[in-house]
Amino acid sequence: MRHIISILLENEAGALSRVAGLFSARAYNIETLTVAPTEDVSLSRLTIVTSGTDAVIEQITKQLNKLIDVIKVVDLSEAAHIERELMLIKVRAIGKDREEVKRLADIFRGHIVDVTESTYVIELTASGAKLDSFIQAIDAGLILETVRTGVCGIGRGERILKV
Amino acid sequence: MTMMTGAEIVIRCLQEEKVEYVFGYPGGAVLHIYDALFKQDQVKHVLVRHEQAAVHAADGLARSTHKVGVALVTSGPGATNAVTGIATAYMDSIPLVIISGQVPNEYIGQDAFQECDTVGITRPCVKHNFLVNDVRNLAVTIKKAFYLANSGRPGPVVIDIPKDVTAAKCKFDYPETIQMRSYNPVVKGHLGQIKKAVHLLLEARRPMIYSGGGVILSNGAEQLTRLTRRLGFPITNTLMGLGAYPATDRQFLGMPGMHGTVEANLAMQHCDVLLAIGARFDDRVIGNPQNFSSIPRKIIHVDVDPSSISKRVQVDVPIVGNVPDVLDEMLKLLEAGNASPDAAGLAEWWQQIEEWRAKLCMKYRRRKSVIMPQYVMEKLYEVTGGNAIVTSDVGQHQMWAAQYYKFDQPRRWLNSGGLGTMGVGLPYAIGAALAHPETQVVCVTGEGSIQMCIQELSTAKQFRLPIKIINLNNRYLGMVRQWQEMFYGSRYSESYMDSLPDFVKLAEAYGHVGIRVEKPEDVEAALHKAFVDHKDDLVFMDFITDQKANVFPMVAAGKGLADMILTEDL
Repeated sequence: MRHIISILLENEAGALSRVAGLFSARAYNIETLTVAPTEDVSLSRLTIVTSGTDAVIEQITKQLNKLIDVIKVVDLSEAAHIERELMLIKVRAIGKDREEVKRLADIFRGHIVDVTESTYVIELTASGAKLDSFIQAIDAGLILETVRTGVCGIGRGERILKV
Repeated sequence: MTMMTGAEIVIRCLQEEKVEYVFGYPGGAVLHIYDALFKQDQVKHVLVRHEQAAVHAADGLARSTHKVGVALVTSGPGATNAVTGIATAYMDSIPLVIISGQVPNEYIGQDAFQECDTVGITRPCVKHNFLVNDVRNLAVTIKKAFYLANSGRPGPVVIDIPKDVTAAKCKFDYPETIQMRSYNPVVKGHLGQIKKAVHLLLEARRPMIYSGGGVILSNGAEQLTRLTRRLGFPITNTLMGLGAYPATDRQFLGMPGMHGTVEANLAMQHCDVLLAIGARFDDRVIGNPQNFSSIPRKIIHVDVDPSSISKRVQVDVPIVGNVPDVLDEMLKLLEAGNASPDAAGLAEWWQQIEEWRAKLCMKYRRRKSVIMPQYVMEKLYEVTGGNAIVTSDVGQHQMWAAQYYKFDQPRRWLNSGGLGTMGVGLPYAIGAALAHPETQVVCVTGEGSIQMCIQELSTAKQFRLPIKIINLNNRYLGMVRQWQEMFYGSRYSESYMDSLPDFVKLAEAYGHVGIRVEKPEDVEAALHKAFVDHKDDLVFMDFITDQKANVFPMVAAGKGLADMILTEDL
């Protein structure tokens, strides 16, 4: 099962490597990892997308909590939440493909943020799964480059992750 | 407030923490600290001969007391040599503070002389580590390190200090206490869970108590003993937990696991309620987890570390808390309810256990011509009256010591159970002997292990430590040999120890007493000579033992606990 785990941790040198190191040392899987400071600059918010059985996810949560720099850990996917990821994708845009790519970007509510005679860069913000479907939808031969931020997420309503 | 240098602050903090001994080895990056050490006499420094031994000796001191062990090493190779010691302590949750020198801040990342990324290298084998870039953070970091090392689930903490920080000056302010928003270990167990546990225990017909190193580390042996006696249940202590419950007591079934007793393993396997305390269902203890879990039983697990619970075996009643606090709570509930366990069920269960016990799985064949290692352990137990602090290295001798020396008290048995580090025995003995000058300290080792830290005979001489070394010399890496005999068609690949030194002469070269013992009838006299005539000397006893002796019972790796190989099976 895919899980989105959100972590509040001390914004200190090496804190990220403790989290990343834990995953590699215990052979847990990381699909995506994002990290940035919060409104309180002494805190970083880290989001990891991982997968595993319930027992593995329970261990991941416990092991994360054991790290001294980690303040709080929440499995966002346990309840209602919003998930977003940003992708920049550079595609070949010549001839009839130029129009087709534009149409597809519109359908996925993407924005074309860079235009040349032969290329577009499309910016797309959506759930990880939706970004995957965009990549599926576009002719693979046209894709020149993709870059994705990895997933970030937040609980819906009154579900708040704060110190 | 007066201004102090970083080096002076380091030493002052150690004084504030009432550190009596620091084990270390000087080098370029820690010269300022060594200079500050020189100018005072409160903190004593023990100069080891290799940094690995500095950490092991600090670890030995910590295991035998309840204090934080402290080691001091230089940057680069000093720190990398310390890594084995740190990882050893980490696996067994031993509270240590390791101070390592680092190249000056401005050189970090420049591949400077004796530079290595100590924080990076040690990260996976410490409870936490720090790189202190600014002298103003030094005192508070050291305070945090001591607090982290010895609270919650204990463990080693590394403080890496660049050389310029030890020269820089600032005001000294040592905080009395420390608060960390990200670290709040649980002490009290959840009362509802404890009630549930007591209820299960009282209903059990085939109960079993299984306790590990956590009971010793948390000083919970007294509560464990009271609870076990109050309930009248059988109990087993793991390799790390030996001494938490008196081994000479009838309720004690011996050690469980790969080389555990028949009665302990079968009781673990066939109980209907298992109370696990400060133990972690290690692969060397429960064997194959699928096999172990295939038998229905209720499991109560008390541990200070939530991640130890339901890690390898699914647990029914998890209780996160400090062991003595939780056991006190259980005892209180038992007293208040004036409740007693199911007497009829228990009597039947004990009858079954006595049947298993009657198999006398620890018996071994005595030989007239050659010394049996088990016999040496039995005699060692007799001669020391069971009161020694016994350290061991890793291998067959470690198992024989654990099986045949009966530990009635906690913190008397020091060995590397988790990482299984050969070479710890002598440095552990050094740490323990310094901490307990009135207690006899014995190092049980083998001719393989002892050579991994043999240079520490020199340290022991310098500090006049009357350690007794029992070298069970079978000219083989015995445990490797045993596995090769049993699982590799007796192809003894590289397990024969050729070109051994003359250990008697070696001991004498270091200024100690050496005794070689080759006949069974000389064992007792040799021990007397060492422990009585040479009471104040370090005596290296080289026992030439049976080359074919194997450790039994044995549960082969990956097998179920009931699948034991006994001596007579061979």
